[in-house]
Amino acid sequence: MQQEYERYYVPAQSIWPIVGAVALFLIAVGAGNYVIEATKGEPGYGGYILLAGIVTLLVMLVGWFKNQIDESMSGLYSDQLGRSYRQGMSWFIFSEVMFFAAFFGALFYARAIAVPWLGGASNNAMTNEVLWPGFEAMWPLISTPGGTSTEAMGAWGLPTINTVILLVSSVTLHFAHVGLEENKRKQLSWMLGVTILLGLIFLVLQVEEYIHAYQELGLTLQSGVYGNTFFMLTGFHGMHVTLGTIILIVLFFRVLKGHFTPKDHFAFQAGAWYWHFVDVVWVMLYIFVYVL
Amino acid sequence: MSKANDVISPDSAAPEHDDHHDHHDHIPKGITRWLFTTNHKDIGTLYLWFAFIMFLVGGAMAMVIRAELFQPGLQIVEPDFFNQMTTVHGLIMVFGAVMPAFTGLANWLVPMMIGAPDMALPRMNNWSFWILPFAFLILLSSLFMEGGGPNFGWTFYAPLSTTYSGDSTALFVFSVHIMGISSIMGAINVIVTIFNMRAPGMTWMKMPLFVWTWLITAFLLIAVMPVLAGAVTMVLTDKFFGTSFFDAAGGGDPVMFQHIFWFFGHPEVYIMILPAFGIISHIVPTFSRKPLFGYASMVYATASIALLSFIVWAHHMFTTGMPLFAEMFFMFATMLISVPTGVKVFNWVATMWRGALTFEVPMLFALAFIVLFTIGGLSGLMLAITPVDFQYHDTYFVVAHFHYVLVTGAIFSIMAAVYYWLPKWTGKMFDITLAKWHFWCSLISVNVLFFPMHFVGLAGMPRRIPDYSLQFADFNQWISLGGFAFGLSQLIFLALLIKACRKQGEPVSDQVWEGAHGLEWEIPSPAPYHTFETPPVVK
Repeated sequence: MQQEYERYYVPAQSIWPIVGAVALFLIAVGAGNYVIEATKGEPGYGGYILLAGIVTLLVMLVGWFKNQIDESMSGLYSDQLGRSYRQGMSWFIFSEVMFFAAFFGALFYARAIAVPWLGGASNNAMTNEVLWPGFEAMWPLISTPGGTSTEAMGAWGLPTINTVILLVSSVTLHFAHVGLEENKRKQLSWMLGVTILLGLIFLVLQVEEYIHAYQELGLTLQSGVYGNTFFMLTGFHGMHVTLGTIILIVLFFRVLKGHFTPKDHFAFQAGAWYWHFVDVVWVMLYIFVYVL
Repeated sequence: MSKANDVISPDSAAPEHDDHHDHHDHIPKGITRWLFTTNHKDIGTLYLWFAFIMFLVGGAMAMVIRAELFQPGLQIVEPDFFNQMTTVHGLIMVFGAVMPAFTGLANWLVPMMIGAPDMALPRMNNWSFWILPFAFLILLSSLFMEGGGPNFGWTFYAPLSTTYSGDSTALFVFSVHIMGISSIMGAINVIVTIFNMRAPGMTWMKMPLFVWTWLITAFLLIAVMPVLAGAVTMVLTDKFFGTSFFDAAGGGDPVMFQHIFWFFGHPEVYIMILPAFGIISHIVPTFSRKPLFGYASMVYATASIALLSFIVWAHHMFTTGMPLFAEMFFMFATMLISVPTGVKVFNWVATMWRGALTFEVPMLFALAFIVLFTIGGLSGLMLAITPVDFQYHDTYFVVAHFHYVLVTGAIFSIMAAVYYWLPKWTGKMFDITLAKWHFWCSLISVNVLFFPMHFVGLAGMPRRIPDYSLQFADFNQWISLGGFAFGLSQLIFLALLIKACRKQGEPVSDQVWEGAHGLEWEIPSPAPYHTFETPPVVK
């Protein structure tokens, strides 16, 4: 790979990174203050700063990506740059994997160690007897040592339907990719459209499931470590599906405009990788959060 | 250099016209040069200056700590403010000084060492720098909030950071998120640059060791910074949204916090030392006028240290009541790390063996690094032994240990690197007299500062407490005096750096140091704004 003497595109100065830095600053300050104000019930400016930050971030993303797409379409990029993008995207996805690993780690630790110990396992008989008398270890933890009760979310029904939806969406996206590589534009746009539709159905059903959990099961973010891990894992996953769907929608419009060639379609590939990653995370979630 | 192979001019849309621009170093002017830059050298300079400013800010907080501890009893600051100082001092030195300084060095050096025109993703490079000052602006301004800044130690253990912390915890969490995003983007950039931008002939086992160590460091960063993000997120939800990850009443466990934190935290300490190993592996051969002894073993040792760093985290938690088999596992796994580290120290010494040694300033810092880092390594080995750790845990012995590896280790290596490559960056030799003053003052004061901490620690003086019992008074006065002297010594460095940036001093040759080898010593001094627009061929 080092044998090629291509030009490497080193871009000129750009205004967008510093706009993005200001956006992240506003988001952090706004979110921090908003969280503080919301817990205290005090009025304040946190929400507005947060909103300003999100708007700035959106402006930055649109501007930066537009710039990027224009440069790409005018042929400034080389194969080597494409490799940089692909490698960068793979390492970014690896970092996302590690982010989810932290929450899966919390789930496994709570389930295999923290809860059994509170119930008296290992050498913790006295912990149970003195501090949490009457507490019995169980998973899902529907009755916490502190006395909060809830009901567990079943695996059959909605979660299984959602699993099938996401798995099918990965397959349709794959066929869209194949369509792109074989220059079958119709297959590409149809399959991509179906994938987006499946993603949206998944999100709607997920909202449905949350309503069911809160209203009928009494399973909330506050109901002990079972509810914590359930909502944090599915919640962050849902945020990633949302982001993935937005990426796919952008790709869809670019496809309609005739962007991407069978050889050169980094943005499509990155979006597809991201979607498959989100899909794999869901399979892990389905197994460890719902079924087992 | 043929015109056709030049880097495409960035500011014109049509590529066919590009070849006529940008041959000469036309360097952008004014503040926008720094705000909008995509140049790896500019971004490296920004990172290094930012790190140095943060080093002085964090150092000022250490001065507050040492002033309070000059005498027993509560003297100068409130205990709560003392806690804020220890917390923010740690956060700033780890995330604001050491890590950005290494990233700055990587920005300057990695492209020059592998013959690349720039970093692989130059705009993201700018973004990953510029979010960092904002993160520290948030962290520092939280000190002035009602209720004070973070006061739970840089390790933010639950329940100190959840049940007992102030409002500013929310801002702390989001500023750590930004630091993490910055590190991850920086690390992705370094990895992709090294994987994809090496000049023809620059095969893996020809790569300079600074590049190797940074490649492995970047991998560690991408693997563990997201875990830190997860940890702070759980702290945020535990504190503000009613979750109970770290609360036994809800089925969680405060010890779980420590597991998640140290799964990040232990690889993190290698993130702060592996690039240092790379730097020393450049400087020692240069001033010994011999090739590095055992290049391949250095690479494998670095990789094994990185892999082992994932299975030793609970040695920070021996006293939390883990089961015996866990204590044994983490004790032996930790001791294993001394093997590859020992290989490195052996190789540096073997490189010097029968070499034609001279003692220029970078070499002085490198030698101090080898001796003092080894002291820190040996006290680490003592701490790894579970039964005796019950005596050392949370005492000043631990403080002595990690300051030997971080100050005389990481920071001395950064200073060594700055002295070694500064003439290449500015084209002028730095003020050698000032540099020697800086070295000797730092060397003596740092040992007065940290060595007696071993004694008070072994005798049981606890860390992070603004008061202590009378028998520790004498040693603590010495420690404080050493601390003030070390702090003042860094002002010599500041003066030297200002002089260097104003391009004062004797011009240097391209090679700068007689024994220096590598691509960065073959380009002109000062290094042109754009280097290796056409990749060199490495034989």
